[in-house]
Amino acid sequence: MDAQRLSPLVAQDRDASDALLEQVNQAIQLALPLRIQGANSKAFLGREVAGEVLDTRAHCGIVSYDPTELVITARAGTPLSVLNAALEQAGQMLPCEPPSYNDSGAGDATVGGMVAAGLSGPRRPWSGSVRDFVLGTRVITGLGKHLRFGGEVMKNVAGYDVSRLMAGSFGCLGLITEVSLKVLPRPRLCTSIALEMDSTTALARLAQWGQEPLPISAASHDGRVLRLRLEGGEGSVAAAHDRLGGESIDPAYWRALNEHRLDFFTDGRPLWRLSLPVSTGALNLPGDQLIDWAGAQRWLKSDASASEIRRIVSAAGGHATCYSHGLDDSPFHPLATPLLRYHRQLKAQLDPHGIFNPGRMYAEI
Amino acid sequence: MNILYDERVDGVLPAIDKQQLLQALQARLPDLDILHREEELRPYECDGLSAYRTTPMLVVLPQRVEQVQTLLKVCHERGVPVVARGAGTGLSGGALPLEKGVLLVMARFNKILHIDPAGRYARVQPGVRNLAISQAAAPHDLYYAPDPSSQIACSIGGNVAENAGGVHCLKYGLTVHNLLKVDILTVEGEHMVLGSDALDSPGFDLLALFTGSEGMLGVITEVTVKLLPKPQVARVLLAAFDSVEKAGRAVADIIAEGIIPGGLEMMDNLAIRAAEDFIHAGYPVEAEAILLCELDGVEADVHDDCDRVRAVLQRAGATEIRQAKDEAERVRFWAGRKNAFPAVGRLSPDYYCMDGTIPRRELPGVLKGISALSEEYGLRVANVFHAGDGNMHPLILFDANQPGELDRAEALGGKILELCVKVGGSITGEHGVGREKINQMCAQFNSDELTLFHAVKAAFDPAGTLNPGKNIPTLHRCAEFGAMHVHMGKVPFPELERF
Repeated sequence: MDAQRLSPLVAQDRDASDALLEQVNQAIQLALPLRIQGANSKAFLGREVAGEVLDTRAHCGIVSYDPTELVITARAGTPLSVLNAALEQAGQMLPCEPPSYNDSGAGDATVGGMVAAGLSGPRRPWSGSVRDFVLGTRVITGLGKHLRFGGEVMKNVAGYDVSRLMAGSFGCLGLITEVSLKVLPRPRLCTSIALEMDSTTALARLAQWGQEPLPISAASHDGRVLRLRLEGGEGSVAAAHDRLGGESIDPAYWRALNEHRLDFFTDGRPLWRLSLPVSTGALNLPGDQLIDWAGAQRWLKSDASASEIRRIVSAAGGHATCYSHGLDDSPFHPLATPLLRYHRQLKAQLDPHGIFNPGRMYAEI
Repeated sequence: MNILYDERVDGVLPAIDKQQLLQALQARLPDLDILHREEELRPYECDGLSAYRTTPMLVVLPQRVEQVQTLLKVCHERGVPVVARGAGTGLSGGALPLEKGVLLVMARFNKILHIDPAGRYARVQPGVRNLAISQAAAPHDLYYAPDPSSQIACSIGGNVAENAGGVHCLKYGLTVHNLLKVDILTVEGEHMVLGSDALDSPGFDLLALFTGSEGMLGVITEVTVKLLPKPQVARVLLAAFDSVEKAGRAVADIIAEGIIPGGLEMMDNLAIRAAEDFIHAGYPVEAEAILLCELDGVEADVHDDCDRVRAVLQRAGATEIRQAKDEAERVRFWAGRKNAFPAVGRLSPDYYCMDGTIPRRELPGVLKGISALSEEYGLRVANVFHAGDGNMHPLILFDANQPGELDRAEALGGKILELCVKVGGSITGEHGVGREKINQMCAQFNSDELTLFHAVKAAFDPAGTLNPGKNIPTLHRCAEFGAMHVHMGKVPFPELERF
């Protein structure tokens, strides 16, 4: 990888949308594909894209942030750390806890990349996903136009929800240049606890607790220990802690889990992400598993074949993504035939020249 | 100018021979209920936006998904427009029929297929009423959070098509945040599942794209919604203010305190008086504005938050603060708000409900603007406001029997929506565009943005036979109305003759 590209001089606040638009328009004219990247921190996800690099990082800065409106708007190249710092200063947060994966040797993950990848952290089952917090986007389209969809208001049903469509589309439908996100106050109190039990018991308990108004905001099980995060007011957190028992642990665990810094992730075998219905019991798969999202997301370290993993996960109503780059030609779970056809039609309509990250998600789009 | 379908600016629809279509449908679907006589069709000529009526060519009332599938295939083969409809409670004319189209009524799909307490989801047919889901989940102490005011009647399929909201959106989100998956049929009658039983699904987020797409991209045949544990307690505070500005600032102060209320509603003096006259909720009728702030969750937290909010309201200059003593009083406080529309309806032969959203900080300016417009057009406006999420419902009072009043009400409504767009808001927060706001779409989006919307439509329905004329205006329509792109107030308002 080109080291120069990974260490740009990032200005704090700069509107480089004209340059981005020009690069897109050139690509359209020459029908040359673009490989969109911010810090490249999620380069390991998806398929290889052959194309000219479009680096969003020069287009950066927080455009507006009024904490009492619960909305922040930032340019795509803004480092996620800058966004988080601004929120923290005002006692707020992005509840979906997007991981940055900066440890992969990449630079500081960007806001645009965060939305394009659409990955959420441990709080996701209770708070909602990255997509759920997207209120609006500015997008450079496949026709070379810089457009605005959604906005800075919580409720907006005018036109199609193009903004949320962009979340998790890995840059295949257009270039996100700016994002407005809903944010929330940080909880007043946060306590993390550990309880020893096997995974079957843990999953059964979590399914039960999920039906009760408990202030759980993260739940992970490593095969031996169930770790929970309790968040809310003093009263609810104390009451839940009393009821659930367990010993307090360092909350740094959740960050390490989110950023894949736990020992589990250092194992040399391929890494898979399994997304499953919330009440799925223990899954018998070759390899080691780490349960997150109270069971709805499981990390798997396994040498098993893609088809075997997907067969078992699909049968449970879920899907599997390969997080080890280059291992599988379809790292994202294959799509059903009619669904793939409509994906192709949507891609053809929104990116008629096929310039935006062709093949990043699926070979056909 | 009328908003009914106008082939000149909305696109030419194929000429269909009603008898031939009827015979073809009867032959292919002998057990399908088809209404075709004038007197049978009339009850379906409008949805909740009853000022606009069109008699559909045919109404079909299927009961099985296979019937819908075959119907769509037949209509697709013949190029017949299809307008899907749920309970018909929509307020923007999204299910307004077409003279040259089939009205596909999904109301008979009214079965709750499965409630899964451990999985915290309900799988239901699209015609199931919103409230019926929460009622069915209640034995498990679970509920479905989005609660549009029509929840006793509106259907979940319509909720998905409109991305319905309600009074609890700030904390619990819109319909789109509370769905796991929907089953749809494409315009060709092909079945697809969008979303999954897991929290996400591979590929593009078509579930988000379809939510709120107003029946333009596919027909919903099944919906799987998320269920939430019922909050342990809910408490409501009522605060009175001698100015709308102070009430608006109090809302910002509550948020700044780090509190997200379950519901946060504001009413202005006209709305307060109307509600009090009607419901006798005990509202202070002298107040310029009242805030209703509901806090829900675990008892200990709610207790603390009530104290915090009370302190905030005091600092913000509330002239009176009351906390509902018991559940009966809580329900009474809410009854005034929930019945604000019919209450206002008692003040005037007709009223027209708007649905703009604005950044909350713009509230005082927008209310002043509305008041000036109200004077200019000579019509009273009562304001009911989902203050937590910036969704305004100005209610324009008029008398349709007075010549010109409906036109004036519509023109005033259009101006109010343009004002919302000008301050960075939206022409619709939860009611949808439908036919009602088709012209205001030209103010909110420029021609390139509208072109992209048409491209989205073309990916799913290239011939444009699903709900033609709704949601996205043609560029021709926008050109006709001379609407220029108005965004963030950068481009001056063109003085347009609308409607």
